[in-house]
Amino acid sequence: MSGPGEPRHPTPAAAPRAHLSRRYRLSAAHRLHSDAFTADRNRAVYGKCNNPHGHGHNYIVEVTFSGPVDPETGMVCNLGDLDAFAQTHLLDRFDATNLNTLEVFRDLVPTTENLTIEIYRIFAAFPGASLARVSIQETSNNSFAYLGPIDSQKG
Amino acid sequence: MVLLTRKAEFSSAHYYWNDSWSPQENQRIFGKCANRNGHGHNYTLEVTVAGEVDPVSGFVVDLKQLKDILEREVVSVYDHRHLNLEVPEFATRIPTTENIAISIWKRLDGKIPNAKLHRVRVYEMPDLFADYYGEP
Repeated sequence: MSGPGEPRHPTPAAAPRAHLSRRYRLSAAHRLHSDAFTADRNRAVYGKCNNPHGHGHNYIVEVTFSGPVDPETGMVCNLGDLDAFAQTHLLDRFDATNLNTLEVFRDLVPTTENLTIEIYRIFAAFPGASLARVSIQETSNNSFAYLGPIDSQKG
Repeated sequence: MVLLTRKAEFSSAHYYWNDSWSPQENQRIFGKCANRNGHGHNYTLEVTVAGEVDPVSGFVVDLKQLKDILEREVVSVYDHRHLNLEVPEFATRIPTTENIAISIWKRLDGKIPNAKLHRVRVYEMPDLFADYYGEP
């Protein structure tokens, strides 16, 4: 079914660029509260997300890498390497935690916007491929995306 | 311009193997995907086309026509097949999700009347997918 004139074993041309996306799931608690606001202001801004004992979500983190498809592996990046990286740097760090207790959110409200930017910073350090986008679905009705750049004031 | 996306599904077997590497190297790089007996997935294909809305029909493309093109060019070739053994482009290219997206682009490019192929997205499973925008 090869096209007419198409060689059976073509030499790989310059590698085309593709995007690979992988989803990871983590469950965490958080409470939205800013020390810069009064109690009333916190309630006005964050509503029930400001309830004192926190609440939680099943977050779905989607990371997208872009790059040439390696002609030897057929891959943008090695999935095993990416999963191992995500286990160490994402899941071991955030899954089944209370985000407010983590060092990164000591002076930063753990909104999903801020979580998305932090996770972008984490995956930008993955050595195997170039990070294009991180998005997080907080509930089935809301999601957040960050396409960079890395905030130079942090990390 | 409006983007329109149509989904299709196919179920196929595959394995990952590079003939120019040793078996040990294949195992190291591809892990369990290198098992030569193969394994399978329910793939979901999303094809997005871009075009102008026809003022008479109100369509970018006729969805039935697009469905038939996906069936003819992709699903009838890939569905319930072993990609490495039965689909010609994967005789020489490893059927990774990335390469499947690129191959489907090549199969569809230029075959959709009145619209331009914008993106091919292939889900190998709900948590893993590849996008190809025709970038050389």
